[in-house]
Amino acid sequence: MEATRIYIFKRFERFWHWAQAALIIVMGVTGFEIHGTYSLLGYESAQEVHTTAAWLLIGLWVFAIFWHFTTGEWRQYIPTVDKLMAMLRYYLTGIFSDAPHPFRPTTLTKHNPLQRLAYLFVKLIINPAIWISGLLYLYYSAWPALGLDGLSLAAVAFVHTVAAFLMLLFFVVHVYFATTGHTPTSHIKAMITGYEEV
Amino acid sequence: MRTCNTAILRHLTAFLSVLALALALGAGGAWAATSDEGSEAPKVSTADHSKFKELKGPFGTGPEVTRACLQCHTEASKQLHKTKHWTWSVVNPTNGEQLGKRNIINNFCGSVVSNEARCTSCHIGYGWKDGKFDFNSEANVDCLVCHDTTGGYRKFPAGAGHPAYVPTEWPVGSGRMMQPPDLAKVAQNVGPTSRRNCGTCHFLGGGGNAIKHGDLDLSLIEPGRYLDIHMSPERLNFTCSSCHSGDAHAVQGSRYTTIAKDTSGIDIPGRTDGTRATCESCHGMEPHPASSNSKLNEHTDKIACATCHVPRFARGGYNTKMWWDWSTAGRLDENGQPLKIRNGKGLEVYSGMKGDFAWGEHVIPEYRWFNGTADYTLFGDTVDGSEIVSINKYGGGPDDPDSRIWPFKVMRGKQPYDKGLQTLAVVHTFGKDDSAYWRNYDWDKALQAGMAAVGATYSGEMGFVETEMAWPITHMVAPKDDAVTCEECHSRNGRLEGIEGVYMPGRDRTGWLDFLGWAAALLALLAVLGHGAARYYAHTKRS
Repeated sequence: MEATRIYIFKRFERFWHWAQAALIIVMGVTGFEIHGTYSLLGYESAQEVHTTAAWLLIGLWVFAIFWHFTTGEWRQYIPTVDKLMAMLRYYLTGIFSDAPHPFRPTTLTKHNPLQRLAYLFVKLIINPAIWISGLLYLYYSAWPALGLDGLSLAAVAFVHTVAAFLMLLFFVVHVYFATTGHTPTSHIKAMITGYEEV
Repeated sequence: MRTCNTAILRHLTAFLSVLALALALGAGGAWAATSDEGSEAPKVSTADHSKFKELKGPFGTGPEVTRACLQCHTEASKQLHKTKHWTWSVVNPTNGEQLGKRNIINNFCGSVVSNEARCTSCHIGYGWKDGKFDFNSEANVDCLVCHDTTGGYRKFPAGAGHPAYVPTEWPVGSGRMMQPPDLAKVAQNVGPTSRRNCGTCHFLGGGGNAIKHGDLDLSLIEPGRYLDIHMSPERLNFTCSSCHSGDAHAVQGSRYTTIAKDTSGIDIPGRTDGTRATCESCHGMEPHPASSNSKLNEHTDKIACATCHVPRFARGGYNTKMWWDWSTAGRLDENGQPLKIRNGKGLEVYSGMKGDFAWGEHVIPEYRWFNGTADYTLFGDTVDGSEIVSINKYGGGPDDPDSRIWPFKVMRGKQPYDKGLQTLAVVHTFGKDDSAYWRNYDWDKALQAGMAAVGATYSGEMGFVETEMAWPITHMVAPKDDAVTCEECHSRNGRLEGIEGVYMPGRDRTGWLDFLGWAAALLALLAVLGHGAARYYAHTKRS
């Protein structure tokens, strides 16, 4: 089959993706240091980097949300069952026998149904959980002034940690699935150049 | 709320910077230095005391000097009579207990009662040698011990507050003679109090240099910058009274009535309580500059300043006593003299007079919640010997808004108690009489006399009980670079390991969540690696 290249990821999208990837890695590394899992930068530096990265990421998210709504790209995450089973079957069997990829991305449908579900989960569950718990964590000292006296820092930290582990899981799986495109590198190239070979 | 606003501002700045970025992309040995005492404070007095005929002398005794002082300073003694420096008596504001040196039993030397003549060498008076001291005597206030600027005035250790008036041997049997001070010269050179004046007693508490407090010793007379940023002549050259200020001789800042958290802010005359004895009196509750990590100022609600800024105590080169076990006292050498054993560093680790000691230098404090109140175990409070007795149980806890986590030196040891009366014992240790412990090394006699002095009858059965006494650490404030680092507390097994009631990032976690989280991450990694390996295997097999 002759390879065709289609333009899938626009410049902002690619910037958003890689900046977000870098920030999430930084936040994961420093976050688990703050959590006491290991010692790398030292607690104070880890805390400062983590907080700065958090604000950068929030800023990035604000742009990304704005972009998604103004461009209508948010529709890319509407869940669908179309080809869902086919995708699952592909990952479980077809991928080992060079079966054709059941999903062909287009500019209007960039993500396969499994991606749609995964990214929707990140955007609707993990991100808000990590964002809200993180801001509460950061503004712990302002709780009384905000009328949040009843909150427990242990509970907020718990939610934040759960969300962090979910993000870690997503990260591991996501990085691997980046190699499961038309060719092992086609997804990755697409995220760099914007063009995917299909 | 200012902290919060500053933090928001900082974060807003970070947010704006990403905005800009996105747009841009299109996408020691200080005791010897007596001579320059005058350098501690500029001479600001409008009076040159050497020109006063009243102070010409000669003076035969301390009280004679005081009478001369009172001719001009007519109200001075009356002022001092109201202070705890004079009364050695304080009412515990929380529960009415009678505290003060005169009333408590500590786990160093024990009690003042029945040992006055020795202990009151640190009293600001003359002649308190027994229970019959006249606390209304104006002439018996010792002006010189606090106001001498020559360094030449010293009370005789066993003189009930008097200096030696004739050359006198001390310690007894040592052959060393203490010379009487030149009272007229001292009187003509009085001035504001200095670190040395206060240190004459406060650096030597517990029987010698550095023994008692841990954060107060002779190294603070001329401290280097590293030792105390405020008191060092290299920096601010504060005297004790720079912070322990107060009018009418009423010195502020006391362990007995501590302000554990001073929310009244930086003290401005007329607006606040006018004391400078807390760190917050000068630094406020938001002491760290906006350029520093904003989390630092968010700690001041729960963490006392000294908790981070006094990283260790006994940092001046002197060891402080950490353990004193009276139960082993009484061993005498072949001449019938109390045995003395020193360790390799020359520190006395055993004294036949006092028992076993342990010492510490550069000691990391113990940390506890503290709201400024304390409940003392006094004479008569039940002590049954079955558990460690807290001589001063400090109040406070995580849910008390007046509490903060404070650093303490915790002095531990074993001391006599009356098994029959179930109380800490008052022991008559010092004296020339037959019953003094340091005469005959007979505990029963010493307890009988000691208890009689507080109006009790010794039951005849004594034992030793383990006690602890906590001393808040506030001095020896290090330069900011030497402050306790974040990870010293925000870590497993850190300094605040034993502090309950707060969730501390880095120290606390939910164990099962961590286990579950890492297990899931590991399984996911194995799964994708397995999937990838299978893909690779299938691919190579085909080609």
